[in-house]
Amino acid sequence: MTEQLFSGAEMVVKSLSALNVKYIFGYPGGSVLDIYDAIFQQDEIEHILVRHEQAATHMADGYARATGEVGVVLATSGPGATNCVTGIATAYMDSIPMVVLAGQVATSLIGNDAFQETDIVGCTRPIIKHSFNCRTLADIPDAIAKAFYIASTGRPGPVVVELPKDILIPQNTGTFSINTDVKMRSYNPNVKGHPKQIRKAVKTIKEAKRLVVYSGGGIVLSDASALLTELVETLKAPITNTLMGLGGISGTHDNFIGMLGMHGSLEANKSMANADVILALGARFDDRVTNNVEKFCPNATIIHVDIDPTSISKTINAHVPVVGLVDVVIQQILDELKASEFEPDEEALSQWWQQINLWRDMKSISYTQKPDEKIKPQRVVEAMYRITNGEAYIASDVGQHQMFAAQYYAFEKPRQWINSGGAGTMGFGLPAAMGAKLAFPDKHVICITGDGSIQMNIQELSTCMQYNLPVVIVALNNRSLGMVRQWQDMVYGGRHSSSYMESLPDFCKLAESYGHVGIQIDTLDELDSKLEQAFSIKNKLVFVDVLVDEKEHVYPMHIRTGAIDDMWLAKGVKA
Amino acid sequence: MRRILAILMENEPGSLSRIVGLFSQRAFNIESLTVAPTEDSSLSRMTIATKGDDKILEQIVKQVNKLIDVIKITDITDRSHLERELLLVKVAAMSDKSRTEVKRITDIFRGSIVDIGKQIYTVQLTGDAEKLNAFIETLKNETEIIEAVRSGTVGIARGEKALRI
Repeated sequence: MTEQLFSGAEMVVKSLSALNVKYIFGYPGGSVLDIYDAIFQQDEIEHILVRHEQAATHMADGYARATGEVGVVLATSGPGATNCVTGIATAYMDSIPMVVLAGQVATSLIGNDAFQETDIVGCTRPIIKHSFNCRTLADIPDAIAKAFYIASTGRPGPVVVELPKDILIPQNTGTFSINTDVKMRSYNPNVKGHPKQIRKAVKTIKEAKRLVVYSGGGIVLSDASALLTELVETLKAPITNTLMGLGGISGTHDNFIGMLGMHGSLEANKSMANADVILALGARFDDRVTNNVEKFCPNATIIHVDIDPTSISKTINAHVPVVGLVDVVIQQILDELKASEFEPDEEALSQWWQQINLWRDMKSISYTQKPDEKIKPQRVVEAMYRITNGEAYIASDVGQHQMFAAQYYAFEKPRQWINSGGAGTMGFGLPAAMGAKLAFPDKHVICITGDGSIQMNIQELSTCMQYNLPVVIVALNNRSLGMVRQWQDMVYGGRHSSSYMESLPDFCKLAESYGHVGIQIDTLDELDSKLEQAFSIKNKLVFVDVLVDEKEHVYPMHIRTGAIDDMWLAKGVKA
Repeated sequence: MRRILAILMENEPGSLSRIVGLFSQRAFNIESLTVAPTEDSSLSRMTIATKGDDKILEQIVKQVNKLIDVIKITDITDRSHLERELLLVKVAAMSDKSRTEVKRITDIFRGSIVDIGKQIYTVQLTGDAEKLNAFIETLKNETEIIEAVRSGTVGIARGEKALRI
């Protein structure tokens, strides 16, 4: 019997199928037309045709964040591939598993400045976990299997696979086999924390009088939420999440003291500043958390658990470093606590919680809404929370609305909050929400956005119609680039240089032109009823354009170059 | 302070550029870099001479180690180790006096004259950077240096300790 032969393009699709891929997000072009032809001739994998490749990467990213699976992108050579760069950087900054299949001109033309040639591997080198240049069709299955393995293990991240046109064509065939049980001698991420370091960490925790657990995106990525909650309850400790870690523990848990950082709660930042031991779990001491590193928590012993050794002691010196997967390390800590018959120091805890509750009583996350005033953006997020019972998947763009969502929507579970924390990419929200909606069609999926952010990938309203993706877009429309405007108010003497949006479209009519539903909310008294109406529509995308108070600022806010707890609580009011 | 890093990595296209790219992205300086396949052609061995304090070096080592192609990296600076660099230098040797002097200095430094032209000698010398610098300075006093090329440092730990899979 003769062995079946496949083209390189068919091998790409067969490899993805062997890796259980359900969706590819992409846009066709000359270099990858053979792959598109191979996709056409099968029905295991669905291709989602975006309107811009950047959106394809964000969609794959949103899908990956919501499901924990690898998001897959397909782009043609040259501009198709370079349009992916922002999305790749976004995934890299937030450690999201993604594989980008990038077309390339034929191997004989590489390096000749051929039509639609760019060195995509070179372009993306600083923003990827790894890349593969396939040069023969025999390279394809191995490269794709390794790309998935690398993207999804250790500290996850994006991987690029470059596919020249001539290895994809039907005239060039070979036998297909793929080994999905990948082993690489040069890549073996550390999984378990070193036992000696675990013992040291537990000893430090047991001696603490003012412990704070500080957890980040790593908790979400490693699905360690249940273990984290068990640890916090065992220790009876306060816990704060970073922007990326929201949902890592329920936002309504008694021990949760809110998000920390630039726009975090006063109690979270004060607790960190006054802690004697900080247990950092899958968090990387980003500058949006630490403020001035020279003034960061000078009296705290820092235990830092992270899968990535480069994150440890990069900005803040860790006294007890532990390298390992966060979920595995938390289990090790719990086991060690149990073995040492740990009993919480009730007296110290009581004093510590008394102090924290005094900070809590200052209600730093609050705002005032008078009936005759323009709608406050915080009020919109509160209404969204109430209507969706706190259960929606919320993809956010970047700006004031992002911070209001983080502050006022108490995320119940991990992966509900889908936001570009590391890169701060405007244009992320809508495509990311679409990725989440594909993954969970029966759930409420919301894109919270602003009039600036939404216009960066608004063309995807068309994709939503083609694939019936009924997300709810809630635009907090302040006719400005709100966060830019806020900084200009606070730092640049109120000079609003290019932060005012002239010539905004009628978002409702724009949505309607694609066949979606548009709802505008202008006054406070219609806010709740119209939002409820929007969320009751299940089978159509609804664009809710909420005209909010453009003068509203996000508070609390770090005082620049201060300590972590040097904060503005309101205009002119320091903590 | 000056540091010598030895790196064992996959002999794959792009491996070298990833390491070099990482240094430039993170604003780490490379003083010299030497790389070639080892006795196992699937592996390459790289020696990087760089400068930095302990904190910078810790980041360099961690960042390089994080690259998928890198199998092992070690800092051999503080360990007893051998360092060698190859120098090829072309000097003017136009008179009997200068030819004699070049020959004499080369012998003292245990180098060898590897090519002779009518008015040119090419000298080969191996040793650590300090020895090569001293050789060049001495030659300069006696004749004109036309061209010099140095390989950059290669380093290996003394004794039992070995960088291998």
